[in-house]
Amino acid sequence: MKKMSVARKRTLRFLIILGALNLLALAKFGFGNHSTLSTTYGLVLGHEWIILHSVVVKSSTGSTFFALLGLLGCGLGFLFFKLNKTSLAGISIASISILFSFICWAATGKFIPLTGLLQGGLMLAVPLIFGSMSGLLCERSGVINIAIEGQLLAGAFASAVVASVTHKTMLGLIIAPIAGAAVSVLLATFAIKFGVDQVILGFVLNVLVYGLTDFLYKRLLIPYQSTWNQAPSFSQISIPILGKIPIIGPIFFDQTIIVYLMYAIVAAISYGLFRTKWGLRTRSVGEHPEAADSVGIDVNKLRFRNVVIAGLVAGLGGAYFTIGSVGSFGKEMTAGSGFIALAALIFGKWTPKGAILAALLFGFADNLQGTLSIIGVSVPSEFMLMVPYIATIIAVSGLIGRVRAPAADGVFYSRGESH
Amino acid sequence: MKKFYNRIAETALLPFLSVIMAFVISGLLIVFSDAAVLKVIGSPGKFIKVASSTFMNAYIALFQGAFFDPHLTQGHTLLQGFYPLSETIVTATPLILAGLSVSLAFQSGLFNIGAQGQFIFGAIGASYVGFHYTFSPVVHVTLALLAGIVLASLWGGFVGLLKARTGAHEVIVTIMMNYIAGFFILWILKTKSFLRPRRIDPLAPNIKPSAELPHLLGSTMRLHAGILIALLAAVFVWWLLNKTTIGFQFRAVGANASAAKTAGISVGVTTMLTMTIAGALAGLGGAVHVLGNQYALTSDIAGSFGFDAITVALLGRAKPRGTVMAALLFGALRTGGRTMEANTSTPLDIVLVIQALIVLFIASPALVRFIFRIKNLQSQGTLASKGWNG
Repeated sequence: MKKMSVARKRTLRFLIILGALNLLALAKFGFGNHSTLSTTYGLVLGHEWIILHSVVVKSSTGSTFFALLGLLGCGLGFLFFKLNKTSLAGISIASISILFSFICWAATGKFIPLTGLLQGGLMLAVPLIFGSMSGLLCERSGVINIAIEGQLLAGAFASAVVASVTHKTMLGLIIAPIAGAAVSVLLATFAIKFGVDQVILGFVLNVLVYGLTDFLYKRLLIPYQSTWNQAPSFSQISIPILGKIPIIGPIFFDQTIIVYLMYAIVAAISYGLFRTKWGLRTRSVGEHPEAADSVGIDVNKLRFRNVVIAGLVAGLGGAYFTIGSVGSFGKEMTAGSGFIALAALIFGKWTPKGAILAALLFGFADNLQGTLSIIGVSVPSEFMLMVPYIATIIAVSGLIGRVRAPAADGVFYSRGESH
Repeated sequence: MKKFYNRIAETALLPFLSVIMAFVISGLLIVFSDAAVLKVIGSPGKFIKVASSTFMNAYIALFQGAFFDPHLTQGHTLLQGFYPLSETIVTATPLILAGLSVSLAFQSGLFNIGAQGQFIFGAIGASYVGFHYTFSPVVHVTLALLAGIVLASLWGGFVGLLKARTGAHEVIVTIMMNYIAGFFILWILKTKSFLRPRRIDPLAPNIKPSAELPHLLGSTMRLHAGILIALLAAVFVWWLLNKTTIGFQFRAVGANASAAKTAGISVGVTTMLTMTIAGALAGLGGAVHVLGNQYALTSDIAGSFGFDAITVALLGRAKPRGTVMAALLFGALRTGGRTMEANTSTPLDIVLVIQALIVLFIASPALVRFIFRIKNLQSQGTLASKGWNG
């Protein structure tokens, strides 16, 4: 018998695990649910909470249906696997089915605002997407960025303070990227110029930004709140025509300017990284700086520039926490988003598309957790909160394919010096 | 003799200059964020007077809160004036243990960001054995400590297992496991077995008196036997690293994993063992913190010990003795910072800034060399973790 490749072995293992989970869902959520109550899926329009349409399904029937669908997905995936084709479709069906089977069971007798779930998920994913794009820019050019959290927090703090003092949200929006870039300049200077270990450096920069913002928050923002920390916030802008599309419109096209900027940045990075000279050079200094140097690319200059751009991106994302939503700044309000963004980047295998999908997934999981704990379900919310972190551990331990960082990620480059 | 002094000067100069620079920069921050100072910023004479007194008062309060406060001796013995020092050591005790955990992992080439999670599991284990069972005093303390060690070493060892089996990077895995541990303690404190009777807030019952670590200087000082455990642990780590085969293997893998492999050392086993022992040390920190100081488990039991432990290890250059010294310094900063906040309304959080700056300067000797124009500043090899693919 021919030996299976590692990748195929992993796919098979993943399919088997998914199948087992679906069987478990069938037994526990489908047949194990003796309640006669139903789950209501509501399609709600935007933030106006008008129920457009609702789907009522008996919980146990719904769970059984989705679990069976999931098993079908697994079967499909296996079939494609045998035919040596990609089993992605089957895997997707199986994964989504498990989720719905679970929701049907968890929300027995309750109302689930389906569109609200998606909308809230996107809202929670916005800073994660900004953060992971920052990480992507750095790490693709060979600089490890653990300081995403610090960049986000610096952006959030600066934008709130400037918007409060000047009463102008626009100025807050301008200062946020600069604050993020300031953290980046430190990261770039110490990492690229002084050759300090980048993981340690990123960690220390986070501590520094936490310390600075905590200190100034207590020193100035609390005692003089009316001048320092009463920032106005952006209101939503509905895009004509696009905003009127049912379901999708209010989710994606009735947002603040920061979210629209995010679309633009994501598009620019995804395009730029793979379709422009800059992108090619960036990837080459991240993978093989010696080769890049030999064709005349100034490795450290390009790295420096990209790290600063990354800071601009993450800093802007930080503004979403303050002037993009609640206005004023709260102590340590990023609450680990930078680390989840890092997780999303790794989960997405250092690609823009992967990172965005992972960020959306984490945002959705977080929001699902919030929704379920509000409507009061039997699953402890703490376990739901663990999901993104467990998913990341599973991802990095190679269950869903090998995750490989850019080859020269975190490696100090100095001309004529071997390492 | 001269040579000896030169060596001290060489090795201590970088940390010393780093600490001084961190204090100066943070001092400027304290001064320029002070409302009273900002009010007189227009007139140079007044400004210098107010600014320097703000600067001095903050740091004097920090010192008094960390080491010796003459006000406390009034009507009491001189010893009572050292109450702040006792508090410093109490704070430093779990920091030493968690710091040793990070240091040991560093020596083996692993960056253990997971001390926080390991600390939490150590605290959970010690707390449960402490309040749930009844034993005679010495036995009870020992068993409670062991429970913490075992739980935490499993939690830490899992990271090593994953790394050895699948190559999952310990930095990512430990960051994620810290969050998981944080949510786990929130959950477990809501369960029946951990909820204090007739209470609904997340607070475990107090441990039984038989499980408490004894006080060392009578009941007026909170100094407890945990510091002895921490110092013993430091000696143990030193012995392990320098006097045993296992320790040699740890350092060999840390210095050059592929060379170690060629020499016949199993990198996987070493990684697992390192993370297990690192977990045990951080867990011991959590256990000691519960049994000697807090007595009851809360969701915030780990505070920022696990994260401070990383700065402690970095400042201590991952050496046992350095780690102890660094933990004492940071313990002093934290303890004194509280007095500083109370007396001069300078937020305690400045301590984080000081810590971060110290480590930043120490990690980049090139910068310190540049600022002070010192040509041959010894850096003793900067610490390095391994990139994602390492």
